[in-house]
Amino acid sequence: MFRTIRFASLVRNFATKPEEIGNLVKGNKVVVFMKGVPEEPRCGFSNAVVQILRMHGVQYNAHDVLADEELRQGIKEFSNWPTIPQVYINGEFVGGCDIMLQMHQNGELIEELKKVGINSLLLETAKEADNTKK
Amino acid sequence: MFKQLMIFSIEKESYLRACGHLRKKMNSLVGQANGDNNKPVESSIRSKLEEGLEPNFIQVVNESYMHNVPKGSETHFKVVVVSEKFAGQPLIKRHRMVNELLRNELQTSVHALSIVAKTPEQWQESSKLVEPSPACRGGFGK
Repeated sequence: MFRTIRFASLVRNFATKPEEIGNLVKGNKVVVFMKGVPEEPRCGFSNAVVQILRMHGVQYNAHDVLADEELRQGIKEFSNWPTIPQVYINGEFVGGCDIMLQMHQNGELIEELKKVGINSLLLETAKEADNTKK
Repeated sequence: MFKQLMIFSIEKESYLRACGHLRKKMNSLVGQANGDNNKPVESSIRSKLEEGLEPNFIQVVNESYMHNVPKGSETHFKVVVVSEKFAGQPLIKRHRMVNELLRNELQTSVHALSIVAKTPEQWQESSKLVEPSPACRGGFGK
């Protein structure tokens, strides 16, 4: 059986204006504001978020705040959250690295993804492992 | 007479130097005792969180050394706060409570803040080990 391989979709918008942030966060089911790009995160916290989403096989839009100073400030104000990275699911602010890590560890992330119709890759891998056992 | 004056002035000079040295040493000792002379940001983080959250346990870790900033910087922090005030609050709300108390620091000098926010019950149940923050990846963007 072939496992579906999903790649993180990359959207690099270099001219994001703060007033467009409201649209940006709804641009995909999962949207990440980070330092650097998913293939090359430029901050350990952003990298952790990228790795978590990769493990769950999530497709998402990524926005590099280092490439856009206006976006960097704008997103902090928009979310009323002082640090980067920031993760949105279904247009709603979920949290930064610490919260994503904790949601990943306690299984909440799988549930949140399910709510928006995303099946975590971790669930599928677990199922496959289960099937081989049987 | 002149010679005597010379000796006196040399003695005076070395005496003053010794005094300065002693004063510096005293200051650094007092600073160590207070623990905050060279750590204004760390101590203000601690006192604001203590005041605002009345924690049972608090730990403020300066993780700046892990990052691409000058030695002795106070830019990257991790805080562990165990407080009754977090009871019944979701994680995101707890983080917002901490962020709000440290708003000023976050707007000025502090640049990365990792937060562990637990209730006393959760803290008792947990391993009480705080995992280190992820390694820096060089992106110190300004």
